[in-house]
Amino acid sequence: MKDILKAIGRAVFKTPLGFLVTLKYIFKKPVTLDYPRKKKPMAPRYRGKHYLERYDDGTERCVCCGLCAAACPADAIYMEPEENENGERRAKIYEINLLRCIFCGFCEEACPEEAIFLGQEYEFSNYDRNSFIYTKDEMLVPHPRKDNPFKRIIRRVRRVYGVEDTK
Amino acid sequence: MAEHKNITLNMGPQHPATHGVLRVELELEGETVVKARPVIGYLHTGIEKTMESKLYYKALPATDRMDYLAPMSNNLGYCLAVEKLMEIEVPEKVKWARACLAELTRINSHLVWLGTHVLDLGALSPVLYTFREREMILDIYEACGGQRMMTSYIRIGGLSHDLPVDFDKKVRHIIDVLPEKILEYETLLTENQIFINRTKNVAVISAEDAVNWSLSGPMLRGSGVKHDIRKANPYSGYENFDFEIPVGENGDAYDRYKVRLEEMRQSLRIARQALDGMPEGPYRAHVPGVVLPPKEDVLHKMESMIFHFKIITEGFKAPCGAVYQAIEAPKGELGFYIAGDGTNHPRRVRVRPPSFVNIACLPALCEGGLVADVVCAIGSVDIVLGEVDR
Repeated sequence: MKDILKAIGRAVFKTPLGFLVTLKYIFKKPVTLDYPRKKKPMAPRYRGKHYLERYDDGTERCVCCGLCAAACPADAIYMEPEENENGERRAKIYEINLLRCIFCGFCEEACPEEAIFLGQEYEFSNYDRNSFIYTKDEMLVPHPRKDNPFKRIIRRVRRVYGVEDTK
Repeated sequence: MAEHKNITLNMGPQHPATHGVLRVELELEGETVVKARPVIGYLHTGIEKTMESKLYYKALPATDRMDYLAPMSNNLGYCLAVEKLMEIEVPEKVKWARACLAELTRINSHLVWLGTHVLDLGALSPVLYTFREREMILDIYEACGGQRMMTSYIRIGGLSHDLPVDFDKKVRHIIDVLPEKILEYETLLTENQIFINRTKNVAVISAEDAVNWSLSGPMLRGSGVKHDIRKANPYSGYENFDFEIPVGENGDAYDRYKVRLEEMRQSLRIARQALDGMPEGPYRAHVPGVVLPPKEDVLHKMESMIFHFKIITEGFKAPCGAVYQAIEAPKGELGFYIAGDGTNHPRRVRVRPPSFVNIACLPALCEGGLVADVVCAIGSVDIVLGEVDR
């Protein structure tokens, strides 16, 4: 009997307090975002779609050392090296399979040349599986860059014997 | 007279109230559950084997994907186990930062649990409110490690980056705001007669049974057993913090709800202490050849560059031997057993996931109850199928 009275008491006096809480939110501004029109700025360290960086003179930072491919837990990176006209090493093929990629950021952390970054872009759905093989040309185009000042700006120039310095 | 027959009902694996791909085979006599059998394995991804085939540092992102609602706890458990195996001592600041993040993770996990559990029971509003608060914690994850769910922020020997500049401010904001919000959930639920009818004396498990089923976390404490690994076997500087272990009395779904809400308050207390007492210092241990050197050094110092290349390409060699490190994850005791064999990848990784052990007692919770209470039982256990199946 006592339990029933208690229950009735709760149902009459306590439960409506919950309705007051929900009612309160009718008069408050919504916290949700009008998504496709408005976008949330991502954090500076956000790990989105990859991009490759260049030096100020336009040379690619990537020297195709393969450390990112070695660090990749998902084996998503494939690369082949070549030499440019100055005899410097660079990537001939640099591909990231975005379907395999788990966006852990290990490539960015591993890169000793500060060439690869995981950018701010997070919308890259597509209709075609092949378009997720993300090639070097796509990665080198200027992207919305990460707010990430380089820790080393000066380019390390390797002198190659038998090749004339073009500068 | 027609012969009376029990019905076998298949619940799941696509049932929305089974929190993922859990399947429960129910034998019913009218509305009463005679037998319940959880069937797992629909989300098996072979995470343990994947981790065995990878270098120690590369196995870390796999741990994020087990209990995806509490990524930092998983990272922490794995890193502590490897650090134990390698005998690495991390800097003081890292310990305090890890404890702070682990407590935020506990709040994160409990918020999702609260929202989805009461959603199963018919309360539609709290899920919106809990996810709103969870957003603040996810923002901190994003500022720290760069990802909102698969953080991989806690690394072997330290953290992946230093704490972000506004970390202190953001966490303090949560500490200030969240108690009011928890009070709001309490107004919605604690004294709500419908909620009480659905959860009181439902899915009861006694203290003795809870121990015999080797339950852990809020499941165990809800039954009145005062056991918490943070107190019993402190790790990562938990011995420095002053907090209480909330316990329930009856071991029903309502008590577990109360225990989890109180745990969130205690977590905030720990997070505040961790922020107040956080010492200055490096964010990574200096262990050449095992822990990655800071990026500045890699770009400017030859030795660091060499170690950087060596660690990333070859990993580090762990000594022969096995370690077991358990932490108090949001859902219970999360243990990592790692056996090293002198090579650069583990010989055996075995995870003791709290959800897997806790869901085993589902028959004990459901049998004799009603079909509708099965949903309440599953919800109150707080499972994540990614962790159950691994």
